[in-house]
Amino acid sequence: MHKIGKKGGVHPFEGKKLSEDKPIVKLEPKGELVYPLSQHIGAPARPLVKKGDQVLVGQIIGEASGFISANVLSSVSGTVKAVEKRRVVNGTMTDCIVVENDGSYTTVEGFGNERDYSAMSREEIVDAVKQAGIVGLGGAGFPTHVKLMPKEPDKIEYVIANGAECEPYLTSDYRLMLEEAEKIVGGLKVMLALFPNAKGVIGIEDNKTEAIKKLSEIVKNETKIEVCPLKTKYPQGGERSLIYAVTGRKINSSMLPADAGCIVDNVDTIASIYMAVCKSTPLIRKIITITGEAVADPKNFEVRLGTNYQELIEAAGGFAVEPEKVISGGTMMGQAQFDLNVPVAKTSSAFTCLTKDEVAAQEPTACIRCGRCVQACPSRIVPQKMYRAAIKNDLEQFEKLNGMECMECGSCSFICPARLQLTQAFKETRKAVMASRRKKA
Amino acid sequence: MSKLLNVSASPHVRSSVTTPVLMYDVAIAMIPAALFGIYHFGIKSLLIILVTVATCMLSEYVYESLMGRPVTVSDGSALVTGLILALNMPPEVPLWIPMLGGVFAIIVVKQLFGGLGQNFMNPALAARCFLLISFAGRMSTFTVDGVSTATPLAVMRNGQSVSVAASFFGMIPGTIGEVSVLALLIGAVYLLVKKVITLHIPGTYILTFAIMMFLFGGMDIHYTLAQVCSGGLIFGAFFMATDYVTSPVTKNGRILFGILLGVLTAVFRLWGGSAEGVSYAIIFCNILVPLIEKVTLPKAFGKEAR
Repeated sequence: MHKIGKKGGVHPFEGKKLSEDKPIVKLEPKGELVYPLSQHIGAPARPLVKKGDQVLVGQIIGEASGFISANVLSSVSGTVKAVEKRRVVNGTMTDCIVVENDGSYTTVEGFGNERDYSAMSREEIVDAVKQAGIVGLGGAGFPTHVKLMPKEPDKIEYVIANGAECEPYLTSDYRLMLEEAEKIVGGLKVMLALFPNAKGVIGIEDNKTEAIKKLSEIVKNETKIEVCPLKTKYPQGGERSLIYAVTGRKINSSMLPADAGCIVDNVDTIASIYMAVCKSTPLIRKIITITGEAVADPKNFEVRLGTNYQELIEAAGGFAVEPEKVISGGTMMGQAQFDLNVPVAKTSSAFTCLTKDEVAAQEPTACIRCGRCVQACPSRIVPQKMYRAAIKNDLEQFEKLNGMECMECGSCSFICPARLQLTQAFKETRKAVMASRRKKA
Repeated sequence: MSKLLNVSASPHVRSSVTTPVLMYDVAIAMIPAALFGIYHFGIKSLLIILVTVATCMLSEYVYESLMGRPVTVSDGSALVTGLILALNMPPEVPLWIPMLGGVFAIIVVKQLFGGLGQNFMNPALAARCFLLISFAGRMSTFTVDGVSTATPLAVMRNGQSVSVAASFFGMIPGTIGEVSVLALLIGAVYLLVKKVITLHIPGTYILTFAIMMFLFGGMDIHYTLAQVCSGGLIFGAFFMATDYVTSPVTKNGRILFGILLGVLTAVFRLWGGSAEGVSYAIIFCNILVPLIEKVTLPKAFGKEAR
């Protein structure tokens, strides 16, 4: 087992102490529920309901509208109040279905029924995942049923459960691994039924000793599943880094994990597969960490999708101090919020509320060519040179320097002693390159 | 919400190591060598160091003020340039020479090319070479206790043997900062421990140089060791060749850079016109850095030859 390549990566302040020992608290919504039709990669879902319609828990209210798309389900029963644009965590106004909760939580027929996955066909399992609206819950939001249908399922040798949780401050996956480990192992077994030649590997950073202990205990009698402790280093949980750490195989930006014989899913996604296939329970809940120095009582909540974030902050005791910055996600790749009136979506993981903003505190200065960004880059490219191409908007040179291999992990910006906004420049330039590629095509 | 929230692109955290932190670390690492120089050559050395550093910082301040650019004296880079230049001065040099050198280093080599990060030669070394060429006599008169003496390199050039121990501890003539290998190594260890520099450049530099001197200097271990411990080699390898701005950013580039430095320094010392070769070797390789980086661009993850 390759523990990790030595090259690349950084060690940002972890911040996990704030919430890692707080058990998951179930929280029911008070106000209306908001379901964005686009909370995944791919085409937005098509709304199946209109204002005034009655909906039930587990009802599909938005239908996948393309090959890469995902269903959107109601997490409560009640009345559709509106289908309109609302603010979501990425800052945009997006088409959303707004549901008034009637508080009875009446479910659709068959909700929660036990099913035996071993009696189900491949297609039935994948369809169950598709109907449940499951997408990559680690943040990318790629529709999971698409991932479960690689061209050659027999060539898949590894199903990797991503429990690295390398992003600072987040503890939702950690709590899941401690409190609902059986679901993760159950989901892995379902996936292994799809890929007969594969073995399951649960990759966990070695700072999460309790989770490693717990899962190792559960899988000790499983012949096809093992736990792989990973060196604690950001971005260990990045798909490419994780595959390399577990298998020693390398993929680049134009390859899929399946090209290296791997299927990678977040532990939460795998637990959701278990719930959807074995318990007929679609993806309607999510574990969310409310954390950061500004929060009075940082906590891990299990909430229904569509719940307003302000209710979660309130349940965490509100703000002890006025936050300087509120981030959806962690401090390395999370998205800064300007409006807290946004709903919890499938790819949500946390609100990290910081009392100081290290980015605003210091102005960028001249690059001194120290090469720290080169050492930190997990994609082994040269941010220092890419930056020069990026600020000149030299797309050709940027591509030549393998700029498209950048995964926007933020390690270079974190480490840069001149405080240059490297990752920000790369995000913009990568978008420009992709736009110009589309134009040419 | 009474106050607006800050919004910016991720990442939202920064490491605590900033440019000034790195620069001051380099300056701190030169303190042992400077202190030894003052102890060995007398109080005049302290005066030279203070005057050179002050000239460099003042030059930067005056130039940036006049040009209406942000004044960056506090980032510590002019301080480091001044210190390196001062430690490269002979102990009996008249004060106007390092002053002239300081102005040349900061204004001509650094600022005229665009300031911090833009100069293609190490400013302190370029200034030293400028002074060496312009004032050859004054720049190469080395004295101990007021008596002019030949440096170990010059002694070896005449075919005589020198004491390695004397060079290691620094009881030899030379420039203010280069004499004591022990003092320099204390500073080098500090830089390595603080991860300000890596071993890639100094390691390959010293190793290549030693191998070259052994092979072409008569297969003599004693001679090789004496060569490594004399002249500006240790000072140059750890403090000048590792200058961020004028060394490659890639790991393989740094290794290649070190090897080239080792070969060139040995060539200059073995067959060159002067006994010393470190400064010219570094300056020469500084100019090669863009080429070195071009041929050592790393292969992206997952895009290695397959």
